[in-house]
This record gives sequence, structure tokens and C-alpha cells, in this order.
Amino acid sequence: MQIVREQDVVLFRNRVREYSTKIGMSLVNQTKLITAASELVRNMLKYANGGQVVIEIISKSAQNGVRLTFTDQGPGIADIQQAMQDGFSTGKSLGLGLPGAKRLVNEFDIQSKPGEGTRVTVIHWKHGR
Amino acid sequence: MNTTAQLLHSKKKTILESWMSNQLSDQGLRDDLISNEELHKQSDELLNGLARAMATGNTDNIYAAEYEPITEILSDISITRARQGFSPRETGMYVLSLKKAIADALEQELAGQHEQLYKEVMMVNRLLDSLSVVTFETFIKGREEVILRQSDEISEISTPVIKVWEGILALPIIGTLDSARTQVVMESLLQEIVNTGSNIAILDISGVPAVDSLVAQHLIKTVSATRLMGAECIISGIRAEIAQTIVHLGIDLSNIKTKASLASALQLAFSMNRIEVKSHSKSTTFGFKR
Amino acid sequence: MDRIPILKLGPFLLVTIQVDLYDRLALNLENDLITMVSKTGARGVLIDISAVSIVDSFMGRILGNIASMSGIMDAQTVVVGMQPAVAITLVELGLTLQGVHTALDVEKGMELLQDKIGPDYLQEQDEEEELDDRTE
Repeated sequence: MQIVREQDVVLFRNRVREYSTKIGMSLVNQTKLITAASELVRNMLKYANGGQVVIEIISKSAQNGVRLTFTDQGPGIADIQQAMQDGFSTGKSLGLGLPGAKRLVNEFDIQSKPGEGTRVTVIHWKHGR
Repeated sequence: MNTTAQLLHSKKKTILESWMSNQLSDQGLRDDLISNEELHKQSDELLNGLARAMATGNTDNIYAAEYEPITEILSDISITRARQGFSPRETGMYVLSLKKAIADALEQELAGQHEQLYKEVMMVNRLLDSLSVVTFETFIKGREEVILRQSDEISEISTPVIKVWEGILALPIIGTLDSARTQVVMESLLQEIVNTGSNIAILDISGVPAVDSLVAQHLIKTVSATRLMGAECIISGIRAEIAQTIVHLGIDLSNIKTKASLASALQLAFSMNRIEVKSHSKSTTFGFKR
Repeated sequence: MDRIPILKLGPFLLVTIQVDLYDRLALNLENDLITMVSKTGARGVLIDISAVSIVDSFMGRILGNIASMSGIMDAQTVVVGMQPAVAITLVELGLTLQGVHTALDVEKGMELLQDKIGPDYLQEQDEEEELDDRTE
């Protein structure tokens, strides 16, 4: 799914909700996943003027989960460690986006090179563990 | 087409029978958990599938498409057996006893042709070994599911939210607080706050064996979430040694209302909700009567 | 452009958010609300988010902004009716909405506001009535 405008955020969130409802995720876990997704998609819009998100249902040892892959061709992140710290922001936000999103989901992976874009993958399992 | 595949086709009945008798002769067989007919049906299905799969010539890669129906039947059997409470031995023997049945049939068929017999037996061995690994894997997976469900049940049972007064909830926590548990505690507490419209929640940690910084963090999270909902949270049941560790670890609980006992927490809750509880003293009643 | 309606209830303003906000809408709300506070001299702002299923850090920041902005104009902000799942998520996110008061529902939020403004609110109302008399 392409994300280019602000309005896409709400659409995208509804799509994530559909998928997580499909595998029977509990409300709290759904909310966590969607909030994390919302943070990441907002980052993508703000710093890279949009990008692409892939929503997938995956399963591992008797457990289903939702995997979201965010890819953009933005400026990239120079210092990932710094970006993952609470309260660090190059824009004028709270600096909770990346670290907060990481706390909300079960698995979180970020890869980025300055000038080449950023790719963030998150996985949230049905039972949240 | 190899000999075993042909044999499976032509002598299916004999093999099935000897397999069945192998299974039935096993002392560990639980005929209370599964009926003979059912076992017969399952085994028949599996043999059919095996014959078909081996006829394709593929005899070692059980993850190939030809073997899908077989692994499916086996997984199905092992998972149901795991749930019904079969022992791993019984489940494992199911496949392993087939080995003997086929080997016997092969021996009869290929009497005298030692080299061929050896080759076929080895092949059957390898194949059934990998199939029994599949059985074990799925058996354990089935057991893990049972465990997962039970631990969910336990965490649900162990977090009762009690309404102690109009507008006041109490939640005694017993046992260690890990992050999964905290989530369950939070969920049930917050839901109950909404359901009852309570504005005060008392978290009693008398039953928590130890409070380290992680547990404290979970407690602080619960308190913050309660506050976001618009209710106040009091933590009670803080024992002397817990107070000591909290201070030694440098955990800041100053933003949280804490009380030593549930009774004093309740008192605080009463005064916050402007509730007065009075005991009728006997002297006044006497005085009234007079 | 969509707008979230703001209701005036005596000295308070009441906003009920019924839809999932996208950014523009949230920023509009912030603007409208602050303008309304200064125009009406409201003493309290009630924001009902019981229908909101997702509050991310952006929404959290808007709520915080509204609270501190109206705080400067001497109006208290109460956020009411937060969903349990939202509260848990916010805490996990690390957002505790400092400076924002919370209440379970609109009714309790109203009580809280009345408590907060307390006696000088009554006084002020008397004065207002006097003013009204004069203008009439």
C-alpha cells in the first residue's frame, strides 16, 4: 500500500485493523500494533514524503501474527542508536515515535543508510508475546 | 516403481493387519482413549497415502508435495493425541510400529535376495524415521498449545478485581509480576473501572514475593494507565523488606500513593471519595435508650 | 473541510471526538478550541475521546498542547472516557499526558472541573450577571 498523503494514515490504520481482527488479535494488542504502525507511517510521511507499506499475516509455531514492512526512499537515518532513544527528534516532535513503536510491538527491526532510505519491519503476535 | 511401493499396494491388507496387531500388542496402548475402529481407519488412511507417495519414486524428501497428505494426517493424529493426553511413547510407537510391519512383509517378499532386502529396509527405515520426527514435532507443538492455553487461564484466574465499595476497586496481586501478567492485570483492572465507573483502584501487593526494578516499573505503568483513564490508584501491602529494596534500588515511587496495608488504603480511598464509615459505639446506643 | 463541533456549556467547552482524527483535523481542533477559549473566556475544556480507538504520539501532543495553551489562558483541560486499550498503549509508548486532567466520563469530568475552579467560579458568575444587567 502506498502512503503519500496524510489521509492515507487513517486508511492504512483501518487496513491494519482488518488484518489483526482477521487473526483474532485482542483489542489491546490491536491497539498497540495500530498505534505503532501509525507512528511509523507518520515518520515516513514527515521525513521521506511517503513510502510503501506491506501488510502480511505470518505464522510461527502455532501462533499467527501481523508483519508490517515500511520502506521509503527518504534521507535515511544517520545514527540509528540515537534515533532509537526516547526524546530524540530532528523534527519538533516528542521523539517517541521510533522507541515508542519498538516498545509496542513484539519484534522490531530497522535498517537505514543516509541518502538511501529506511526500512522498518515490525511483527506483532496474536497473543502479544 | 520400487518394491516397497508395489508391496504397499499389493499387500496393503496384510501390512495393515500386522501393523494393527503390532499396535494392539503394545501394552501401553490406551484403548480407553481411542477406539479400535478409529485406529483402524486412521492407519488405513495413512497407508493409502504412503503407497501413493512412494509410488512417485520420492522416498527421502518428506517435505515434498507428495508427502503433504501424509504429514497432514500424522500432524492431525499427533495433535489430537497430545490433547487427549497420550504419552509421547504411544504417539511415537504409532509410526515406529509400522516399520516392523513393512519390514516383515518385505522379508517375505524378498526372501533370498539379501542385497535388495537390505536396500529396501534401509530406505523404509529412513523414511519412517523422518516421519516419526514429524510426529514428535507436532506432538510437542500440540502440548505447547495446551500449556499456552493453561497459562492464559491461570493468569486470568489469578487476577480477580473486587469491588469493595461504590467507586472503589481492589486488586490483590499474588505471585510475580512479569510483563505478560502486567498486561492482563492492567486490562482487567481498566475494564472493570469502566464497567463499574469506579474512580479509585487499590493494588494490593502483599502477595508479591519480591519487587525489583522491573516489577516496580510494571506497577508504575499500571498506575499511569489508571490515571489516564481518570481514576486514582493506591498501592498497598508494602512490606518492610519491599520498602527496603525499593529504596536501595533507587526506585522513585513518590508520585504514587502508597500505603502499608489494605485497610489504610481503603481508609484513604474513603476520605478521597468523601465517604465516612462509623462504628456505632455501645454507649451512645445506651444513652439513646435512656 | 471537516470540523469537530465545540459545544459551550456554561463556563465550559465540550468537544466530543467521534472519528479517528487525521492530522489536519486534529490541528484544526487545536486552533478552533484555543480561539473559542479566548473568545468565550471559558474556564474549562472537556474533551471526550471515548470513541477514539487510536491515540498516537501526535494526538497525544495535540492533547498536551491544548492543555498547556488553555492553561495559560486560565482554563483547565480534562480528557474524559479514554478506552482501556488506549490507556495501556499510551503508557507503553511512554506518553503519560502530563498536565492533562483525566476523568472516567463527561459527568465526572464536569464535577472535576467544578471542583478545580471552585469558589471563584461562583463569584465570577455573579460579576458576569452584574455586567449583563448593566449592558441590558
